[in-house]
Amino acid sequence: MNVVLAKNETGRALSESFAVVRDRLPGGGKIAEARNTAFEVYDRVGLPHRRLEDWKYTDLRALMREVLPLAAEPDAAALKQAAAAVKLQAIKGARRLVLVDGVFAPKLSELEGLEKGVTVRTLRAVLETGDAALQTQLFTPDNANPMVALNSAMMTDGVVIEIANGVVLKQPLQIIHVAGGATPAAIFTRSLLRLGEDAGATLVESYIAADGVKAYQTHDSLIVAIGDNSRLDHVRLIEDGRDAFNISSAAVTLGAHAHFNTFGMTSGAAVSRYQATIAFAGEGSRVETNGVNLLNGRQHADTTLFMDHAVPHCASREVFRAVVDDRGHSVFQGRIVVRPDAQKTDAKMMTRALLLSDDAEADNKPELEIFADDVTCGHGATTGALDESLLFYLRARGLSEKEAQALLIQAFVGEAIESIVNDDLRELAIAAAQRWLEARG
Amino acid sequence: MPLLEVKDLKVRVEDREILHGLTLTVNPGEVHAIMGPNGSGKSTLSHVIAGKPGYEVTDGEILFRGEDLLEMEPDERAAKGVFLAFQYPVEIPGVATMNFLRTALNAQRKARGESEFSTPDFLKKVREVAKSLNIPQDMLKRGVNVGFSGGEKKRNEILQMALFEPAVCILDEMDSGLDIDALRIAADGVNALRSPDRAMVVITHYQRLLNYIVPDFVHVMSKGRVVKSGGKDLALELEASGYTQFEDAA
Repeated sequence: MNVVLAKNETGRALSESFAVVRDRLPGGGKIAEARNTAFEVYDRVGLPHRRLEDWKYTDLRALMREVLPLAAEPDAAALKQAAAAVKLQAIKGARRLVLVDGVFAPKLSELEGLEKGVTVRTLRAVLETGDAALQTQLFTPDNANPMVALNSAMMTDGVVIEIANGVVLKQPLQIIHVAGGATPAAIFTRSLLRLGEDAGATLVESYIAADGVKAYQTHDSLIVAIGDNSRLDHVRLIEDGRDAFNISSAAVTLGAHAHFNTFGMTSGAAVSRYQATIAFAGEGSRVETNGVNLLNGRQHADTTLFMDHAVPHCASREVFRAVVDDRGHSVFQGRIVVRPDAQKTDAKMMTRALLLSDDAEADNKPELEIFADDVTCGHGATTGALDESLLFYLRARGLSEKEAQALLIQAFVGEAIESIVNDDLRELAIAAAQRWLEARG
Repeated sequence: MPLLEVKDLKVRVEDREILHGLTLTVNPGEVHAIMGPNGSGKSTLSHVIAGKPGYEVTDGEILFRGEDLLEMEPDERAAKGVFLAFQYPVEIPGVATMNFLRTALNAQRKARGESEFSTPDFLKKVREVAKSLNIPQDMLKRGVNVGFSGGEKKRNEILQMALFEPAVCILDEMDSGLDIDALRIAADGVNALRSPDRAMVVITHYQRLLNYIVPDFVHVMSKGRVVKSGGKDLALELEASGYTQFEDAA
């Protein structure tokens, strides 16, 4: 049953929802206890609202007017629908892990030829029978964040991937989240990727809906641990249905001399929020994060990054591009903390927004908190419209207004997309951007 | 039928009238030079023909093969065969020249109901033209005009002209910023495109360009009007006596 809420009743409705489903969630004993604790943390605040500084621009209490029931296990029809949607996202050679309505779907997944030294399990299996250390790690994300706490309480499934020391994967790992159910539902997933030392991997996450699937709410979280001297390339593409919510988070830690290159693009969902915490735990590591928002209609997309420089000699680069049309609303919050010991930190952040209509909005909130004195840190932000002289040049060469805009938009986001190292994944991102451009006509 | 007819054209920018009733008729195969001092309205004329926003036509008309050009969007004009070689071609970072050329050419062909160029045919054609204009291949891989010298930008305009095969080419101050060698290459490119079906309107401040692109007609503009028209010798006369004599005539 869907519960339509007044703003101040939101928390109560979710409490009821949790009370109804808690006994069916995987993992007993300590897991159930940890879920209860997490839910209490969530419940103290309820859905975050604009009076919380971190949620100033994304007032979930106003945006999320309805609490949907927990998704049912996908039936044959949902799996069939999902299979068709997955085909569009297929990458040749990739190891594919498909979650349909938040449940791992082995028949849609493809793990053949997986390298030795890689283990893949479902979250459900780990919660029910896994070792205690992994279970503890699954509950490590920052539960002070109400939506992460809610995810901790409600998570039903996901994938847990462990890559042994010295193993470098040649093919990308792809996690595809598909909403396939006929009735509107809430989906709670959590995945974990543990990369040993001297290891390497590429991870792609795609969020999509099967044909005809409309309102749903995806709540996902990802925990990543990158060992010393290891490298992870990461791409996430939000192409959820235009009525959907996507609230996801990532908690990433890097060991020493590690490298994390991440790219995220949001072109789907009605409301989305991606909050990532990236923490340097070892010296000499490097992070590049690139992001793109492509929004129109009344789409709202929020990317909130927290770069935690806790140790010396690390570098981070954040590049963010927003293209906003109609009444779209793009939010970028970038917080960089350089702790007292983190000397020789090199941290930079640059955001640019392109507004295509008078009603489009882009909010940029850089926050630099620097407690060390020998560092290089900087940030910059620009907002503007498409250059009229460039548009005219292109139109004088025969391009229609939309075609000229499309070419300039592609160029604008191109710099961020170019940061994707893997050719196939770059093509995947370009294709997603192309779909957004074509849909605007 | 004339290719291009500008009839008693009056144009305003904001509150100021720039063209005060300009008339010009261009037939197929003809090369017209429009000369005049700075501020006489030469570039305004080229912009209005190409459809640049920001100009208000208060009177008169522009016909292209008898059709009302002013009713058309800039891209429709391009597809019909109107080409403006810009005085200051813009730089478009992030848009590769090759991709731009192909997108533009196919947009024009599509608008005319023609099939799109196949990739091998397109590449062959671009390479041929680029070679004749002394444009190195690596330039085509860069962003449109990004990091190009003044001469390279102008050659890129002529490359496009050769590729799109327009019926009317408006060359706006093609010689500005070019040294003599660059000017010669550019002019050779333009001359190669002269044909009985195609007309050119060469806008220039200096007579020098007309030594390389020899016009059939020369028009002198001053203060928003054509004040004198003649043959190619008029350009030489101007070179000797300057524009001052026409300032009063206007």
